[in-house]
Amino acid sequence: MERILEQIPRFFTFRNMELLLEAAGMTLAITSVGCIIGFGLAFVLVYLRQTPGKWAAPLRFLCIAYVEIFRRIPFLVVIYLVLFFIQAFIADASLFTIAVIAICTYAIAYTAEIIRGGLESVPREQVEAARAMNLSRFQTTTQIVLPQAWPVIIPPAIAFAVSFIKDTALVSQIGVFELTFRGKELNNQGYSGILVFGTIAMCYFAISYPLTRYGQHLETRLATSRGRRSARKLRRT
Amino acid sequence: MPHLAVEDLRASYGALEVLRGISFSVEKGELVALVGPSGSGKSTVLRVLMALNPPSSGRVQIDDISIDYGKSGSVRAARDRMAVVFQQYNLFQNMNVMDNVTLAPRKIKKWPVAEVEENARALLAKVGLTDKHDAYPDELSGGQQQRVAIARALALKPEILLLDEVTSALDPELVNEVLDTIGELAADGMTMILVSHEMGFVREVASRVIMMDAGEIIETGTPAELFDAPKSQRAKQFFSKVLRH
Repeated sequence: MERILEQIPRFFTFRNMELLLEAAGMTLAITSVGCIIGFGLAFVLVYLRQTPGKWAAPLRFLCIAYVEIFRRIPFLVVIYLVLFFIQAFIADASLFTIAVIAICTYAIAYTAEIIRGGLESVPREQVEAARAMNLSRFQTTTQIVLPQAWPVIIPPAIAFAVSFIKDTALVSQIGVFELTFRGKELNNQGYSGILVFGTIAMCYFAISYPLTRYGQHLETRLATSRGRRSARKLRRT
Repeated sequence: MPHLAVEDLRASYGALEVLRGISFSVEKGELVALVGPSGSGKSTVLRVLMALNPPSSGRVQIDDISIDYGKSGSVRAARDRMAVVFQQYNLFQNMNVMDNVTLAPRKIKKWPVAEVEENARALLAKVGLTDKHDAYPDELSGGQQQRVAIARALALKPEILLLDEVTSALDPELVNEVLDTIGELAADGMTMILVSHEMGFVREVASRVIMMDAGEIIETGTPAELFDAPKSQRAKQFFSKVLRH
């Protein structure tokens, strides 16, 4: 305890805080870039998975297999897989790229199920009305189904991304300079583990908490019909 | 040559055969009513015509073009000439009235926007909804929604309009406003196939009535022939029940 108190002035220096801020920025960056790209690709995956017709059966199988497999593998294993797989082809790939691809790979599998649930929540009759007017599958999805599915998709997708901020701690295992990695480094420099990781823990909380609250706020806004209407009015102006 | 000819049409849901060889024809300007007990396959006829359910066999011909429901090009051509109004209206919930009516004419028919919007305004005026252009479906009553749905179908300028129990989801006091609209269309000479339980209305506007039961056509004739003097036992039973009031 004395050691901790004695270290506090030396630990909370401008330089160390700068390092932590940089690391927090990295955590936020890999999570958001990975999740946003993953979210986009998940849409493509879900769309392909719903391709009708006999000839598309192998495609549908691949899409389902991807989701089912990656949802059942620990994230740490995905990280190592991506690391070694990418290094086998591109020797000088940056750790940032690898971390983002790993997050992406994982995020696709999880958000694809969220998106599929959202699309399936739109009544089939809406699709039939569109098809009867000769709207194509793509037009029906983008103009009729998706706009109605957003309120169902957005809240859990944000909740997933926010909870994923914590899981990115695992990419410290391959040496990405994010929060947890920086913590280990400071710890190795002789600072007390309790002090260092206590601070790191607070950093994670400081990032996650506001985003969680924002997600909850969105959820209540989207859940009420009045919210839906005000969202429309925003779009109209 | 009839405008629409349906020959020996068959369709199944899984193992259950819901249409067992339906044949009928519709002339230009006719209003043909499909009546019969629930589950007799009336709505399925319309769904098959619009390719929302695949037929298992049979022939459908519009003018001299026969429709191949296995080919997407042919299906598109059929949907291009017919429009359907559903029991549950099925307005696009994410669009206001105007967008619901103009979407397909703009995006699919690729007609000029100004012309499409003018036509939409005229149709909405015709169904009595001049002041609701910006309203969303969930802000309208069932009757209003169904009238928008009719305007939306008419905006496609279909040669044949299919009406699938368009009043059965409505509150009784809203039924008439929709029936009035259909009555006006009939007077204008619109070719229509109407699935309905509104026997009084059918008697008034239908040129011909087709009675179905268990996926088959039992009897066909003018409203007077069928309602007042049905020939078959099954038709007698049915009409004695539904025409009691």
